[in-house]
Amino acid sequence: MKIDRRCFLSLAGGLVVGHLLSPVPWKMTDDIAIWSQNWPWTPVPEDGPVRWKETVCTLCPGGCGVRVRTIRDRVVKIEGKEDHPVNRGSLCPLGYSSIQYLYGPSRVTTPMKRTGERGSGEFEPIGWDAAITEVTRKLGELRQNGKSHKTAVIAGDDRGTVPYLFKRFLEAYGSPNFIRTPSGRDAHETAAYLAQGKSAQNVGFDLENAKYILSFGCGLLDGCGAPGYQFAAYSNFGEDHKLVQVEPRLSNTAARAEKWLPAKPGTEAALALSMASVIIDRGLHNRNFISNHAFGFEDFTDDNGNMHKGFRSLVSEYTPSKAAEITGIDARRIESVAVEFARSDKPVAICGYYESRNTADIDKTLAVHALNALVGNINQAGGMFVFPEPDYDLPEVQKDNAASAGTEKPRADLAGSDQYPQSRYLLNLLPKRILEARNNDLPVEALLVVDANPVYTLEESEKVQEAFEKIPFIVSFSSFMDETAKMADIILPDHHFLEGSRDVPAPAGVGMPVEGFSVPVVDPQYDTRNVGDTIIDIAQEMGGSIGSSFPWDDYGDFLEKALSDRYRDLTRNGYIVNRDRVSGISDAFETDSGSYEFYPTRRHTADNGDTDKLPAYREIEIPGSNTNNAVALVAYQSPRIASGAVANPPFMTKTIDSKTLKEDKLFIQINPETARNLNLKQGDEAVIETPAGKATVRIDLFEGIMPGLAAMPAGLGHTAYSRFIAGKGVNVNALLRALPDPAYGMNTAWGIRAQLTKA
Amino acid sequence: MQKIPSHTKARHFGMVIDVDKCTGCASCMVACYSENNVSFRDEESAKMLSLNWIMVYKLTNGESFPDTEVCYLPQPCMHCDGKEFGKPPCVSVCPAVATDFDWPTGIVSQIYTRCFGCRYCMAACPYHARQFNWWDPVWPADMEKYLSPNVSARTRGVVEKCSFCYHRFQLARQKAYHEGRPEEIGEDEYQTACTQACPSGAITFGDLDNPEHEVYKLKQDRYAFRLLERLNTNPSVYYISKRKWVHRMADNYLEGEVPAAFAENEA
Ligand code: SF4
Ligand code: SF4
Ligand code: SF4
Repeated sequence: MKIDRRCFLSLAGGLVVGHLLSPVPWKMTDDIAIWSQNWPWTPVPEDGPVRWKETVCTLCPGGCGVRVRTIRDRVVKIEGKEDHPVNRGSLCPLGYSSIQYLYGPSRVTTPMKRTGERGSGEFEPIGWDAAITEVTRKLGELRQNGKSHKTAVIAGDDRGTVPYLFKRFLEAYGSPNFIRTPSGRDAHETAAYLAQGKSAQNVGFDLENAKYILSFGCGLLDGCGAPGYQFAAYSNFGEDHKLVQVEPRLSNTAARAEKWLPAKPGTEAALALSMASVIIDRGLHNRNFISNHAFGFEDFTDDNGNMHKGFRSLVSEYTPSKAAEITGIDARRIESVAVEFARSDKPVAICGYYESRNTADIDKTLAVHALNALVGNINQAGGMFVFPEPDYDLPEVQKDNAASAGTEKPRADLAGSDQYPQSRYLLNLLPKRILEARNNDLPVEALLVVDANPVYTLEESEKVQEAFEKIPFIVSFSSFMDETAKMADIILPDHHFLEGSRDVPAPAGVGMPVEGFSVPVVDPQYDTRNVGDTIIDIAQEMGGSIGSSFPWDDYGDFLEKALSDRYRDLTRNGYIVNRDRVSGISDAFETDSGSYEFYPTRRHTADNGDTDKLPAYREIEIPGSNTNNAVALVAYQSPRIASGAVANPPFMTKTIDSKTLKEDKLFIQINPETARNLNLKQGDEAVIETPAGKATVRIDLFEGIMPGLAAMPAGLGHTAYSRFIAGKGVNVNALLRALPDPAYGMNTAWGIRAQLTKA
Repeated sequence: MQKIPSHTKARHFGMVIDVDKCTGCASCMVACYSENNVSFRDEESAKMLSLNWIMVYKLTNGESFPDTEVCYLPQPCMHCDGKEFGKPPCVSVCPAVATDFDWPTGIVSQIYTRCFGCRYCMAACPYHARQFNWWDPVWPADMEKYLSPNVSARTRGVVEKCSFCYHRFQLARQKAYHEGRPEEIGEDEYQTACTQACPSGAITFGDLDNPEHEVYKLKQDRYAFRLLERLNTNPSVYYISKRKWVHRMADNYLEGEVPAAFAENEA
């Protein structure tokens, strides 16, 4: 006999009231039993036919192919797409969590207009037509007053059709101020420009085919760059693969590396140059490449008869023993890694930004690129690739006088100015420029923010917030109520990537000219619009030459024309690989010498003289003062914490262990030795104070971090979104301060000095 | 006692996890939440109260900088066979037969509608594989829409744990049945969500007794071990690591005692 809960409850009832003849208690007991199994507040998800659909995830710049399990009109699961060339079935936790952004309390469900104080988060819904009219009216006014150049766009990327439409809009409207958010790409792009003469191109590393990966701090398995691509490469590692990680903290990447070289932060350039010296000394460099495609390898005399030191002479100064002093890595280890690297069948050297995703150390990047050139792996399988994004064959932008005048004006962020002539975007300088401006002369009076969350991701968040408070008109296109959207006057919400179409440019750092395409897998859940449609609508409503620069019915029509002959394959397969965009070695270099320039002749230096063009180790004095209880605070990435423009979804926060986040208090990692000096113990509450800000944290003792450092995870401490996301820990960006490179303006500070005291 | 109906093929599902390969990314955890309708709350840092069918623990060898090593150990329910086959510690104590050993698969089930929340099984499980629903689950805004119909949502007052994605086995079996091969389920037809999600390929899942399956070979690896092996719980989850200190952490070794995989080397 089977006793289920229903019988069980009936029997129990029977013992008490069994002598009653009335059926009422029996009926009641039966009802209770039924009720106990039918909790009305426990959802019973509707069943239906399962359909798998495929698209591309765009929550981070990783561009992974995904397959989506749908049941009727619901998305119930996301998985990695096996045959997508970027991630080959892999997917990061953010990709798996993306359903929590499709649905849920963080979404902006309809166009919004600010009603309360700026930043108060008080908005009222406003219809699409009214919202667009309001935006065009404001932008029109500025333009009428000859201030069109005071409109700026901040975007998470400058490639792909959506950024293209924004750039096109600014050109027709009359502003030079399209600004990409800082990222690891800045330094790579600059290095490729200097050494290879390639302007604004993708730099990627073919990790899929590389056999020896020498990583100067790139958080390959910590969520940096294109996580799906990197995970896929790692999962295919065999016995003959090696990963060497240079990093002062035993990160997830370092933990899985064959060798971990904990060099002092900021000294990577010395290490790379020293390895180059070992390789050249032992004659392990690729002679064919050096003799046919290199410039400035040997000392040379220029046309004016001036002698210049070449790369060989330069690196001879970085003997392993000298580098050991600088980096703290044993000289013999430096030699053995250098030799292994050069002898490997397919070596590749990469660098990235464990310390902060926003920094750009040009010297380090040039040195790392030079290691690749030394082994001759430029544009070779398993090596370093530089390639342009596909362009669009579209009618010319029509510019009236106002547009021409506006686009001629200097940029608000000083990129391309006499001071920083070779930089393309310097968002990190903008907040200060706004704060220092006299009230009637703000460099930015209208700001459009797309695919970015600068109020959260820029250093010194408090200052950024203050600067944004001063901007008279802010429009956000975010799908989510992020920190920047919260500061906006108008929010014109974009679809979630599962609801709309969009092309996806080659993901950051991927060594392959891949182009993806995401398609809607469900109907829009809310009153949102594809941002491509919104900007076309704005342009058309502005009319005149602006409107006629946007001669498309909608974004779909535009996509078809812009992608022209690639459109069919892209929409059908979800991606294409534009192999023909990679140049062969004979025409790979567009420098004046036509070669790979170990001595980058174009390099702009602060004194604008001829010295210091070669990559070198220059000590970086990070901000803050070096007092008794000072530690150097660095940010670290974790694959379990999304630290980009999109915040950590609840599922990911659930995976964070209680030595990283507990009761909404964030832990910082310090070495037990550091703790002893500061009289701190595991779990202690402490106050960390930097020149940028102050926060209360808890202490986690971790042997795997270099004494003297304190590491804080990036990606927490949000103040917007929803209660499931906000208020957890501290935003490390609020404690950091940028240190502009004297010649390039990008942030070079790998950390900041902080006072750490027991609370 | 014959526990397996004669028409059913006996299988013994299990997992082999390569600890040296796991990066600690937690994709497995998230894929599991999503696959199995695991609910979440706004405060999740009290891990004893947080619902996780698979937890990825960080292990450190304790050496000082820079000789420190870190490994990650993903831990689902071990689907123990028990000292006496078919009697895992948690099953033996359940007064409601809400958790049971499934003979045809070796999977330890959890039947929410039977569970009345006494939590004896949680006390009996040496792996903390089980968690209790202290609260009613809430899916804010319309997050309810992402719930899968294949796994029932739990209520306050019941215990839940990893099921080796049993519904996936059911779906695979149904499919095989419809295709006229009722007992033939291919290795790749039934894989758990975490196995499939692991971007590093650290998890392998299959029939531990089937010589054709990858896990059959892997469990015999020289460096394979199980957690708290000496408690005789007979877990169906194996681990592989070449690091001795990881083996040492997997059981209560005395000082100087050498884990089995390394005994030969040191003899
Ligand atoms: S790595 Fe980025 S693109 Fe890939 S799944 Fe994760 S969030 Fe999406
Ligand atoms: S791990 Fe725990 S819950 Fe799972 S079968 Fe073993 S005793 Fe039961
Ligand atoms: S998904 Fe794989 S690599 Fe990531 S934590 Fe889980 S088992 Fe480890």
